[in-house]
Amino acid sequence: MFGKLTLDAIPFHQPIIMGTLACVGLGGIVLLALITRFRLWRPLWTRWLTSVDHKAIGIMYIILAMVMLMRGFADALMMRSQQALASVGGAAGYLPPEHYDQIFTAHGVIMIFFMAMPFIVGLMNLVVPLQIGARDVAFPYLNNLSLWLTAAGAVLINLSLGVGEFARTGWLAYPPLSEAAYSPGVGVDYYLWSLQISGLGTLLAGINMITTILKMRAPGMTMMRMPVFTWTSLCANMLIVAAFPILTATLAMLSLDRYLGMHFFTNDGGGNPMMYVNLIWAWGHPEVYILVLPCFGIFSEVVATFSSKRLFGYKSMVYATVCITVLSFLVWLHHFFTMGSGANVNAFFGITTMIISIPTGVKIFNWLFTMYRGRVQFTPPILWTMGFLVTFTIGGMTGVLTAVPPADFVLHNSLFLIAHFHNAIIGGVVFGCMAGFNYWFPKAFGFRLDERLGKVSFWCWLTGFYLAFMPLYALGLMGMTRRLNHVDNPVWHVYLLVAMAGALVIFCGILAQIAQIAVSIRNRKALADLTGDPWNARTLEWSVSSPAPFYNFAETPRVSGRDSFWEAKVTGEAYRPPARYGAIHMPSNTGTGVILSAFATVLGFALVWQIWWLAIVALAGAIVVTIVHSFNENRAYSVPGDVVARTESAFQQQLTA
Amino acid sequence: MLASLARATAGSTVATALRRLTTGALLLGVVCALSGCDYALMDPKGPIGVQERTIILFATGLMLIVVIPVIAMTFLFAWRYRASNTTADYRPDWEHSNAIEAVVWIVPCLIIGALGTVTWITSHTLDPYRPIASPARPVEVQVVSLDWKWLFIYPDLGIASVNEFAFPSGTPVRFHLTSGSVMNSFFVPRLGSQIYTMAGMETKLSLLADEPGDYEGMSANYSGEGFSDMTFKARAMTAADFDRWVEGVRSSPAMLTMAAYRDLARPGVATPVTRYGTVDGRVYHDALNKCADGTACIDDRMAMAATRDALGDAALCGPGALARSQTSGAVPRVPSQQGPNSLERPSPVQGL
Amino acid sequence: MTIHSSLTPDHAFLAGAGQEDHHDDGSTTTLGFWIYLMSDCILFAALFAGFVVLRGQTAGGPAGRDLFDLSYVAVETGCLLLSSLSYGLAMIAAHRHRQTQVLAWLGVTLVLGLLFMGLELHEFRELIAEGAGPDRSAFLSGYFTLVGTHGLHVTAGMAWMVVLIGHVLHRGLSSDNLVRLTCLSLFWHFLDVVWIGVFTVVYLLGAA
Repeated sequence: MFGKLTLDAIPFHQPIIMGTLACVGLGGIVLLALITRFRLWRPLWTRWLTSVDHKAIGIMYIILAMVMLMRGFADALMMRSQQALASVGGAAGYLPPEHYDQIFTAHGVIMIFFMAMPFIVGLMNLVVPLQIGARDVAFPYLNNLSLWLTAAGAVLINLSLGVGEFARTGWLAYPPLSEAAYSPGVGVDYYLWSLQISGLGTLLAGINMITTILKMRAPGMTMMRMPVFTWTSLCANMLIVAAFPILTATLAMLSLDRYLGMHFFTNDGGGNPMMYVNLIWAWGHPEVYILVLPCFGIFSEVVATFSSKRLFGYKSMVYATVCITVLSFLVWLHHFFTMGSGANVNAFFGITTMIISIPTGVKIFNWLFTMYRGRVQFTPPILWTMGFLVTFTIGGMTGVLTAVPPADFVLHNSLFLIAHFHNAIIGGVVFGCMAGFNYWFPKAFGFRLDERLGKVSFWCWLTGFYLAFMPLYALGLMGMTRRLNHVDNPVWHVYLLVAMAGALVIFCGILAQIAQIAVSIRNRKALADLTGDPWNARTLEWSVSSPAPFYNFAETPRVSGRDSFWEAKVTGEAYRPPARYGAIHMPSNTGTGVILSAFATVLGFALVWQIWWLAIVALAGAIVVTIVHSFNENRAYSVPGDVVARTESAFQQQLTA
Repeated sequence: MLASLARATAGSTVATALRRLTTGALLLGVVCALSGCDYALMDPKGPIGVQERTIILFATGLMLIVVIPVIAMTFLFAWRYRASNTTADYRPDWEHSNAIEAVVWIVPCLIIGALGTVTWITSHTLDPYRPIASPARPVEVQVVSLDWKWLFIYPDLGIASVNEFAFPSGTPVRFHLTSGSVMNSFFVPRLGSQIYTMAGMETKLSLLADEPGDYEGMSANYSGEGFSDMTFKARAMTAADFDRWVEGVRSSPAMLTMAAYRDLARPGVATPVTRYGTVDGRVYHDALNKCADGTACIDDRMAMAATRDALGDAALCGPGALARSQTSGAVPRVPSQQGPNSLERPSPVQGL
Repeated sequence: MTIHSSLTPDHAFLAGAGQEDHHDDGSTTTLGFWIYLMSDCILFAALFAGFVVLRGQTAGGPAGRDLFDLSYVAVETGCLLLSSLSYGLAMIAAHRHRQTQVLAWLGVTLVLGLLFMGLELHEFRELIAEGAGPDRSAFLSGYFTLVGTHGLHVTAGMAWMVVLIGHVLHRGLSSDNLVRLTCLSLFWHFLDVVWIGVFTVVYLLGAA
């Protein structure tokens, strides 16, 4: 009846997990009680969960990312404290291997798939339609579905905490370790289905965003007039569409091995685990650029805005972005130089990897020369950008270093490598997300974020990062490898203690971030952005009120150059109301995305525990809902011209006040 | 350093150039001395590790040519052009300069060109499969990674050991590696290159220790629950000590029979050092060909498929041929030339 | 399966999400669907790669030439190619706004699709009965997965076709339904192209 699911699946004997579950459960109950108390269920459902507005969807993506950041960071703290405790005097620490191995796997999976990805997709959702002068994305309903499929994956991975276990395989679940023969539990199945479901959401989001950028730009916005963030988003989404199907196919093959006894990657039956490693990295390396390219776009916007100056070398930036996009598919083998490929193969992939650093270096110089002869204002977004420039350059250097095969022969799988990719991902992606978050927050909510706490957060993150990861570089050079549950080495112990302290400083940064949001909400009147353009910025999203009206633009803007809003401000054409406001067609909200994703969650859970009847019911339910939805004729509604006129005149009054 | 690089590319052997670069590592040697030589990769005990250290230092130095200016410019530009500094030049529409664009494209290209050249050359000279040139005859060691222990077999000496292997310093060691379970990575940081071990496949590696000493070895690739304790001692000895060690192992009553191997292959954490005085010659072959449990060996199957290709289906594919091929007993054993180890390398795109 | 079925209902929206009052001519939906097809293409590319890597790995079991009956597969292929033709005729009828003809040709396509799937499933059953199931060897895993994924797509396409017939009966050949028909047409022809690849790589090369 319940497949492999029994009461034993709940880890009653694990105090850490049960404590966490109790806290989460309590928090959840309090949250639900508050929603009920303040009668928020209806607005929550009609204005948020079922919304097809790209801005609301973007915000919900970012909320998901921040919640998952907490979960992933808790894992990080446990790993750092375990290693610090269990590195001297033969101590075993407080996390036995079977628990610790789940934690480092979950940390990687959550941070990449459920923290970084939703944050990036959320920012793209929030900003790209506004930057290109569109009213929404090309497929608004699909956008809602994408969000909820991602959330379904996140729900599934969190379920694994309390029901059963998570994978103990490392975040890419290399076979044969992840095969049924060596990982018979449900952990890998949770891994597979949560990634498959959220991966589908990501793929649909990618298709949506490309179509939006290609088809829905305002008249006059040629490709070479698109803001750089839109460019980098376009490239990142092309990478999503090109790379995620590889992930889907690879994980499907592993699932078939596990569920139907096939032999794609098994040790027996002629399977080939090396194929998995190749395929997963053929997705995995582009994935890195899916995350970091949009951040490059964010830095480009931020550095130009806060230097009050045009972006230096726009064309170079675009060409460099496209170069990186193409090259990212030609480097995957550098993740396993030590697999015994020939010298020619290793050298080829090493050199292609290095070549990527050329366009990346060009971008860095262009950001620097944007500041050159500008007027740099040290707001939190530019601080994150400067932190990025320094940190990412170091991360890039160690990256190129590990791209030299003979150097990689000793650095591979060591903590040096761990330090390197955290250097690139925290320095590039997290700093980029934080810069974008501080930069676009007023556009989403109508008030700025508190600057002082933003700076506190930045400095904590920056110092915490260096404290946490510089020791890991050193440990890597000392020969300490990754994923160790315990070691016995008094010298390493000291470095691990420093790294742990660094993680705590980062934690302070996260707390400051939360405080920043809380304080800003409290002071929202004083921090209000009445002009819609708090930073004296350059691109179209700043030409409308903050928060942007639900229809974005009362009249589709005409674009005559790059930095079109800046130019309009210079010529005095900005904010000029049209002669009359026409009616606007807008997509209607729909609950289908939420319902489908609920079915997807149940389907995933049923497949994990092999509750076949439930899986069939959930799948059938999803199909029926889809078909019923396809007969729904009420997909759009019309906003009358006078409603638009009223909203816009209120904004005009704010401007003149 | 650049001069050395020029020499390297100008045709003098890379090995000499790299050795000269090593002298540039003197500074690091001082650092190392201060910290008591904890930096295993910066204080290698063999030529492979030494060359790899040189490459790390050279590549880092080369990249610092760009990295240091970038970091300096970040601070310099941000400070010089801070908003409050109204005396600084302000050109809000300045967005292009051919000269700057040329420099920012060409300089990274040159550096990557240089580094790429070094990469190409050293990928070949330090290919783990490449034997180390030495007057001494290399010691052959077969390595099998198991859950979670290392088995070392000396085919020429007929002995084996678990979680410890000894070898004479100054003599190259030639490893043939495979895995009896999941993927691991064989790594002795003080000696240099690591390499993966994979079931049904053989990888190769050559290492050499310049001086006697006990060096830490480990699996560098996560392999499950007992992974953290999957360590071993790599013991470099003088020739005389090594001979004594071999004699000691030979006198051990323990025998590595197929049954003993199957026993050893069962998962176990922190297995103590074990020495086997005699070894069944099939152990490594059967571990590699995944037939230690009595099923058909990969090489036999491949040989059979090859026979079928040569003679046509009629010869082998009569009634019951399928069933026959599934039991190893009915198949004549063929020397292991057709097996996975006949592949020169475990090509990651095997078959493509 | 979920990918296309969820894309289906969506393209109907589109009534000028970004534009003022004029309706989308369907080109946005078609472009979006093209991009989806490209991603599906990569999915198949990964499965093809997997199959090619593993096709020699028979683990002592049967190889392609022991199993494949080319004439049988030729009939299968014929069904699918003809179904592409009949779908093409449905599209011609759709552009001429001949609803009955459209439905008739869709019906023919559906029958041919069913025939194809019936033949494929029968082949699968025979193989499994012979002991050559997907768990026999890596080669057979690759074979069943590649061919089966194509079959799953065809099945999804047929389910979609049934729903689309419902749409046409419900609303006639409206502009929304024309866009839907166009997307399914792209999908159906795409599956045909993939099958040509399967036929060549799996069967022709495998039986040789």
